[in-house]
Amino acid sequence: MKTDMSVPAIELKNISKTFGTIVANDHVCLTVNNGEILSILGENGSGKTTLMNMISGIYFPDDGQIFINGEEVVIRSPKDAFDHKIGMIHQHFKLVDIFSAAQNIVLGLDEKGKFNLKQVESKVAEISAKYGFEIDPTKKIYEMSVSEKQTVEIIKVLYRGANILILDEPTAVLTPQETQKLFAILRRMKEDGKAIVIITHKLHEVLSLSDRVSVLRKGKYIGTVNTAETNEAELTEMMVGKKISLDIERSEPKNSVDRLVVKNLSCVNRDGVKMLDNVSFTAKSGEILGIAGIAGSGQRELLEAIAGLQHIHEGEIIYNNPKTGSQDNLKDKTPLQIRELGVRLSFVPEDRLGMGLVGNMDIIDNMMLRSYRKGKSVFLERKAPKDLAERIIDQLEVVTPSATTPVRRLSGGNVQKVLVGREIAAAPTVLMAAYPVRGLDINSSYMIYNLLNKQKENGVAVIFVGEDLDVLIELCDRILVIGSGKITGIVDGRTADKSEIGLLMTKTDGGAENE
Amino acid sequence: MSKPVKAAKEPLFHIAKRNSMIWWKAWLIRGIAIVAALIVCALIIVLLTKQNPIEVYGAMIKGSFGSERKMWTLFQNIAMLLCISLAVTPAFKMKFWNLGAEGQVLIGGLCSMVCMFNIGDRLPNALLILIMLVASILGGIIWGIIPAVFKAKWNTNESLFTLMMNYIAIQLVSFAIMVWVPSGSSVMGLVNASTNAGWLPDLFGQKYLINILIVAFLTVAMYIYLRSSKHGYELAVVGESENTARYIGIDVKKVIIRTMILSGAICGLAGFLLVSGTNHTISKDLAGGNGFTAIMVSWLAKFNPILMIITSFLIAFLQRGAGEIATSFNLNTSVADILTGVIIFFIIGCEFFINYQVKSTRSMNKEEKK
Repeated sequence: MKTDMSVPAIELKNISKTFGTIVANDHVCLTVNNGEILSILGENGSGKTTLMNMISGIYFPDDGQIFINGEEVVIRSPKDAFDHKIGMIHQHFKLVDIFSAAQNIVLGLDEKGKFNLKQVESKVAEISAKYGFEIDPTKKIYEMSVSEKQTVEIIKVLYRGANILILDEPTAVLTPQETQKLFAILRRMKEDGKAIVIITHKLHEVLSLSDRVSVLRKGKYIGTVNTAETNEAELTEMMVGKKISLDIERSEPKNSVDRLVVKNLSCVNRDGVKMLDNVSFTAKSGEILGIAGIAGSGQRELLEAIAGLQHIHEGEIIYNNPKTGSQDNLKDKTPLQIRELGVRLSFVPEDRLGMGLVGNMDIIDNMMLRSYRKGKSVFLERKAPKDLAERIIDQLEVVTPSATTPVRRLSGGNVQKVLVGREIAAAPTVLMAAYPVRGLDINSSYMIYNLLNKQKENGVAVIFVGEDLDVLIELCDRILVIGSGKITGIVDGRTADKSEIGLLMTKTDGGAENE
Repeated sequence: MSKPVKAAKEPLFHIAKRNSMIWWKAWLIRGIAIVAALIVCALIIVLLTKQNPIEVYGAMIKGSFGSERKMWTLFQNIAMLLCISLAVTPAFKMKFWNLGAEGQVLIGGLCSMVCMFNIGDRLPNALLILIMLVASILGGIIWGIIPAVFKAKWNTNESLFTLMMNYIAIQLVSFAIMVWVPSGSSVMGLVNASTNAGWLPDLFGQKYLINILIVAFLTVAMYIYLRSSKHGYELAVVGESENTARYIGIDVKKVIIRTMILSGAICGLAGFLLVSGTNHTISKDLAGGNGFTAIMVSWLAKFNPILMIITSFLIAFLQRGAGEIATSFNLNTSVADILTGVIIFFIIGCEFFINYQVKSTRSMNKEEKK
């Protein structure tokens, strides 16, 4: 079937979707042409993914019409979507680990005739050559890097003959170099006449890749602009609804002393794989130490080892207590023992509702997590946590019906404010935050950066694990780069540039490979 | 390429999660569910037995409240069911699926009976009862702590483990009866019928009053423990998220073992109340399935001890009523079980309508345009 270039590949008219009382999409209209890359821009919770899920058959719209190549269609399942040659690459990959790339690609396809893996592999190779993918069809998924897995997902939809590709936050897990490679492939597909939609909230990617940008805000369609005729400030304003400044004020560290000294730290996971390998660094008071690296390079293990949640194989963690002047080794200590040593360590973990907070408990009871042990009484004291909850709601502008609302009912940004607020209220000397702005809108993100900056000015040693390199470079005094559990470099945040960090992220030490 | 699906095939209904519901509306739905259940049951009665459903329902009520003796028996049944439900609740709130209440009660009862049988005539009654009480609680604790330790240390599956412990308890009781009853009969008669040694005394002339008062006290205590004590808070955190518990420095193993000690102890107490305060004998049906029914009572009340008074009343009432109609109408006992099943199905099913709303696609479109 030759695609008619004059008719839009997808046209959405007045699409609406509600979840309970939450309006995810409110009469959204959108067109995507063949041979173009359209970015859908919006903050988290603005309804981008919901909208695309309705095109790919995961949700069914409450109202509105979908036209594919000028014809009205009803898409009720992912299979319907495939029949209309629509393929979606989700943020979380849906692959079978122990299968090879080729096996995953044909999984679920019900083709007539005898199953011939060789034939599949040669067709995969053909697609790869056409668009410039680098993939070994016989390689097993569990042996693959994140970017290779993403390649498999993309080939999977191309194999099924997709002409319309939807990619949900495709660059979230990629290094700058891998992102460039992906963009080159997407441009080649565009030249081939395919319609490509990418969902993102990263402005510079929008500007460098797409032809047009459609902006959503709080479920509503705001407008579409040609990329060539716009700039970051305009897009931000469309996305947020008001002008905001995107600068982070970075002060010079004052009276820095070594607060936390990590020496030759190694950790092994349950399968005997080294997650951290001979890691040494120092976190200083009054300074923000950034940690950069591809997701899953050992960032989580590092923070959990310091917090006493990860068994330490070798090495030590020395805490210089500013009150007593003593040096305490935190190795082999439980979180409770660390606290009893007088170490004021606060930790904002990556998994907010699964580790930092209890989703089904209200804000007050979540405040109590840090403080409930106080006092000899066998009964709980709810007055102080209630005051703290109300103070945090007030100062951090947490949007919640009341302090007795279960935190899982709050939006991502408000959940994070509750967690960060509680951790800062413990008056820490070391504050560790893992991906603290993941999933947050721009306003909340900047509020979190400001809170971290304020802690730094108060003399706290801040350790910040981030994924957005632009932010790391703007916010941090020093940036530690971690790759496959090893420190591949420590750079100065004031002089570092993105490609330098990107290279360090993927650097593997020659010969020092562990078995 | 297959043909585009026709627009007419749009689904008729949407299911959407509700945010929350005003409390009286939720109770109204529950009330409607019970009425609907009674109507369905009436149909079943007419179709299967050709009896007048109103008469059958009347008999059910009479079976429970018909005489003073029947009422006291009903209250006793409620108390025992509630007691076992209170025992499993802290474990369930911790997401430790204790299916072993049956065995824990049985072992508690067996410990009481061992004391009653062997040292019943040698000690003053008050001291004997105290020893029986302690022995029962210890027995329940041992039956509860074994799966807890295995779960805490080696992460074994607690459901299977506690279930298996039930069978051990049943066999131990069968063995004890075999030893104690010289005739070889598997039924043990009243123990110490002449001396009443080890029998809980009557209070104000009521045989079951002590049982009921103990359980009433326990209900309030458990409510406070779960709601306002540090232990109750810790076990709730462990149940919701073990990772959070570890992150905040709660010793998860300790909490699991401590909570199962509590759970086992209350089951042991229930065994004591059944042997010393109610039956004065033992059989392997001592708990009578209440160890499992308690799970339903606890869940229906969403682990709230005060609400459990209502749910245990409902279930005990249904059980007694069902037994009554089986005898007075010469019905097969299965009919009574069917009716109980239908009513419980409606009660649990109505929670769906409290948590979700079902809307037809058409009416929803109209609503949005308002």
